[in-house]
Amino acid sequence: MWRIATAALFTLVGMVACEREHRTFHGTPASNATPTVRVTSLEPGPVVVTDSAAGPYGGNAYGMSQGKQLFTQMNCVGCHAHGGGAMGPALMDMTWIYGSNPDQIFATIQQGRPNGMPSFRGKLTDDQIWQLVAYVRSMSGIGRRDVRSGRADEMYGRSSEQNTKTGKPKTTGPASASEMP
Amino acid sequence: MSAAPLPDSAPLTPLSADPDAMAELERTWRSSHTGLWGWLTTTDNKRIAKRYIITAFMMFLLGGIDAAMMRLQLSRPENHILGPDLYNQFFSTHGTTMMFLFAVPMMTAMGLYFVPLMVGSREVAFPRLNAFGYYTYLIGCVFLYVEFLMNTGIDVGWFAYVPLAGPQFSAGKRADVWAQTVTFTEIAGIIAAIQIIVTAFKQRAPGMSLDRIPLFVWSMVVVSVMIIFAMPWVAVGSQFLAMDRAIDTHLFNPAEGGDAILWQHLFWFFGHPEVYIIFIPGLGMISSIVTTFARRQIFGYAAMVLSLVATGVLAFGLWVHHMFATPLPQLGESFFTAASVTIAIPSGVQIFCWIATMWTGRVRLATPMLFVLGFFIVFIIGGLTGVMVASVPFDLQVHDTYFVVAHFHYVLLGGAVFPLFGAFYYWFPKVTGRMLSETLGKWQFWLFLIGVNVTFFPMHILGLQGMTRRIYTYLAATGWGTLNLVASIGAIVIASSVIVFLVNVVASLRSGAIAGNNPWDSDTLEWATTSPPGPCSFPDIPVVTSRDGLWERRDDVPVMTGLRTDRREVLVTTLHEAEPESRHMLPSDSIWPLLLALAVGGAFIGAVYTPIGLVIGTIVALPIALGWAWPKAPTGPEMVDDVR
Amino acid sequence: MQLQIPPAWAGHESVFRPSSEPAHAVFGLFTFMVIVSVIVYVVVIVATFTAVRRSRDSEATPLTQERERSSHRAVTAATAATVLILFAYLLYDFGVGRAVAAPRDAANALHIDVVGHQWWWEVQYQDTAPQRLLATANEIHVPIHRPVLLDLSSNDVIHSFWIPNLNGKKDLIPGHHNDAWFEVDTAGVYRGQCAEFCGLEHAKMAIVIVAQTPEQYSAWYNAQLQPPQPPTDSLRLAGQKVFLSAPCVMCHAIGGTPAGATMGPDLTHVGSRMTLAAGVLPNTPSNLESWIADPQRIKPGANMPATYLSRADLRAVTAYLEGLK
Repeated sequence: MWRIATAALFTLVGMVACEREHRTFHGTPASNATPTVRVTSLEPGPVVVTDSAAGPYGGNAYGMSQGKQLFTQMNCVGCHAHGGGAMGPALMDMTWIYGSNPDQIFATIQQGRPNGMPSFRGKLTDDQIWQLVAYVRSMSGIGRRDVRSGRADEMYGRSSEQNTKTGKPKTTGPASASEMP
Repeated sequence: MSAAPLPDSAPLTPLSADPDAMAELERTWRSSHTGLWGWLTTTDNKRIAKRYIITAFMMFLLGGIDAAMMRLQLSRPENHILGPDLYNQFFSTHGTTMMFLFAVPMMTAMGLYFVPLMVGSREVAFPRLNAFGYYTYLIGCVFLYVEFLMNTGIDVGWFAYVPLAGPQFSAGKRADVWAQTVTFTEIAGIIAAIQIIVTAFKQRAPGMSLDRIPLFVWSMVVVSVMIIFAMPWVAVGSQFLAMDRAIDTHLFNPAEGGDAILWQHLFWFFGHPEVYIIFIPGLGMISSIVTTFARRQIFGYAAMVLSLVATGVLAFGLWVHHMFATPLPQLGESFFTAASVTIAIPSGVQIFCWIATMWTGRVRLATPMLFVLGFFIVFIIGGLTGVMVASVPFDLQVHDTYFVVAHFHYVLLGGAVFPLFGAFYYWFPKVTGRMLSETLGKWQFWLFLIGVNVTFFPMHILGLQGMTRRIYTYLAATGWGTLNLVASIGAIVIASSVIVFLVNVVASLRSGAIAGNNPWDSDTLEWATTSPPGPCSFPDIPVVTSRDGLWERRDDVPVMTGLRTDRREVLVTTLHEAEPESRHMLPSDSIWPLLLALAVGGAFIGAVYTPIGLVIGTIVALPIALGWAWPKAPTGPEMVDDVR
Repeated sequence: MQLQIPPAWAGHESVFRPSSEPAHAVFGLFTFMVIVSVIVYVVVIVATFTAVRRSRDSEATPLTQERERSSHRAVTAATAATVLILFAYLLYDFGVGRAVAAPRDAANALHIDVVGHQWWWEVQYQDTAPQRLLATANEIHVPIHRPVLLDLSSNDVIHSFWIPNLNGKKDLIPGHHNDAWFEVDTAGVYRGQCAEFCGLEHAKMAIVIVAQTPEQYSAWYNAQLQPPQPPTDSLRLAGQKVFLSAPCVMCHAIGGTPAGATMGPDLTHVGSRMTLAAGVLPNTPSNLESWIADPQRIKPGANMPATYLSRADLRAVTAYLEGLK
């Protein structure tokens, strides 16, 4: 009996570890199709809460650390800083204008958004965008803690993602004109 | 622990002549429980040391399998057996296993088994601590390999340089697993070192003054002192790395005032003494074997002891020779060149003394002696290339190439593994009561000697032809393919020699010739007791009257008696002259070491996944430590009015 | 002008063929050490086996004071010889160390900054005139008979710069600057690999040094300083458009175009380089096409993603890049 339990425990932990530590090098071909996601919480009729899957790299530490690298390399820090926001909104808070689901964030990066968010379609491969999605979610503490990145080898600006408190995101929609910069 | 006076009345009978006393002694010293509980609670240093040896040998086999996979991948250019990620895990696990989980624990285990026997003591100084050390080590071994199988194996090398092993460039938990495994093995190593030092200094047989201590014991004492001074540094360094990765410290972050070179200093200040910790016990084993098989005491005892101590001390002054390529000032680097060259001198003195011993002795070439000759053939090449890489300009050419891989495999295989196999053949009769087969031994020796040379000699040339270390493949156009194939074939020969050894062990355990107490006619005290020694090792404590040990009085070893038979006691003697000083009561078997090892192990394993793991583990460990230390009333008549 | 890659790298990446000033001195030291080592080894092994053979054949001669004294003399003599040999060796080594520490003619040196990246080499030629600064990657051209001073640093993890024919290696450590130098005496092509474990593709991070006569070097340098000719034929024009609209432009720079990113190697004159992907592939159109189509097949783990361009786009952008000579 305890033999089965031990084996089951190992398998469970093993699956988690395998996914966390897996290094994928081959991505998927870029798709030009617009993902059909809702980017607002306003909708007629009852609000249907969609399940938020973690995205391809939500449980993968390597993919998330690649996303962290891309965040600096593709100059997301230019507008969002390291999560505190400047010209762009803060990404380490719980407020999501266009939604915090992975496919919503994917759409945001791929399509661009009003008031300054560029569209990266064709300039980032789908895989790179999914890595950024995983990283951006981890910046505000969404998702599994054990796959999030540690601190960067840079000047200290914020706690690392793995030491960020896990929070509950909420989609707010764009701020009113008076609050816009 | 009171200094009860020894009886001074009429002559006493040795215990071995009194069957009732022997029966009671045997009851006292054997494991107080049977079955699994007895196995888990034993504190007998011989059983614990045997477990260490078997576990360490299994680690040697696993590390060898890692190496075999590496050689398979490198046997042809642009091979596809292991991709870069898997290859990085294999070579990192190979290095970590061999250095942390095989070499040092194996050497300390040989010390834990044989040092008490050689100094005439029944047991090590702190038996329960000994058990705790073993369980901690075992947990570390299991942890590393389970994680390796679950894709969380270390992949940044056994040396884990930052920033590559740091939080930014090493995602996931792999480097954290490495950092905590290292800590486990440090604990076990330091505990073993404490045992050896205290046993060798305070529990020697009466009359075994400092200048009569066998050279193997001296080598283990030097190594143990080195362990205590060196190992805390890697524990500190690995905890710094774990902290940088888990709780956002900046110890190795250059942008915030940390330094990547700090890691290298911390690691190599441990790392260099580490390789001498592995090598010096081999020197002690050689002295034991040469004494027995040349049938005379080692020439130049004082020079040998001083050489051991000098090697141990100098080993702490060499570490920067691993860092010659960093931007350290050249004047400083020159100091380390001089020190690295100087350490060749005590090793040379030892070799000359052994040659003088053999020259003036009467050598018989049994298998242990063959392995000693193998040491001479292989280690000296490694030592000479070591003197070569001590030079800064030359080292800058061969650092981090296969030349250095060849160098350190020659010194580690030649200086540690050849003596170790020799020691296995030499002491197997004592541990198991049976002799290993000489025929299979000769086969193993020749296969091993040929295999080591065929595998590692071409690597000198590969390194000089530009092949760097830790590469998972290489272009065909580099021309490295031929020598790599030769090296991989040599690896097969080495593997076959290890298989011959395993066959030899299994066959001999079942049907080897029965060994008496002293089949080799050796001089040290471990051969004065039965093969294998009983749970009590020495019913009567031998008395030593000269350095010649058993050769002085072969059939008529003087003994000392008077220790109690209803309680486990060892004799404590003075440091210099080994005059009897007091009796020391040893604890009985206990489950607390295992429980504490599980708690401490849980703390460090938990720390890999969350910093709070360390806190919870400590909270669990404290009551267990309290339970361990809780005094137990001794049963049986009190010692106060009992002078026998 | 594109030079030909040697048919095999053997000999072009070897300590046994020193081709620069510090490498010659080190090779001399190495030869001395090998000769001394072989002699010492033979002496010690012969002594060992003689000892074994002698004592096996002899009867039990008692150990006398005289024999012990002669052993004592022998061991003392051997130890003294060891100390003397090591001391002489140390003096020779310190001499060589001082000789290779810095070039004699440092004032005339060519200064190059090399920055290590995972897994390629960024090369920045220094010059007092700002318009003559040159950025390139993975291939360094140097004039012979002129010292080259390298300033080494790293963008991410520790790497190590090593050309066996030319210099001892020096580490590139983030947060530090390190120096290396060599002065090549024989024109030719030399190769070296990164010599400090730096991650997944440490095995495929090579650098090529092309040593040329001063005239060839000046011609090459001046050509590199010019932006490449704008494409005239339709295929290369299409290729340039693909380059500027695909993920390529996010990481690579090409002089004379809007592409100015610094994450990946500078591609301004990539067509003139002998190798691709940091010394891994010979620079041919088919290799370049394979590399762009799926870098992960050649260097799994490299930071360049597979972009999955269409066949036509791939052919166009390859033609464009190959034309950047």
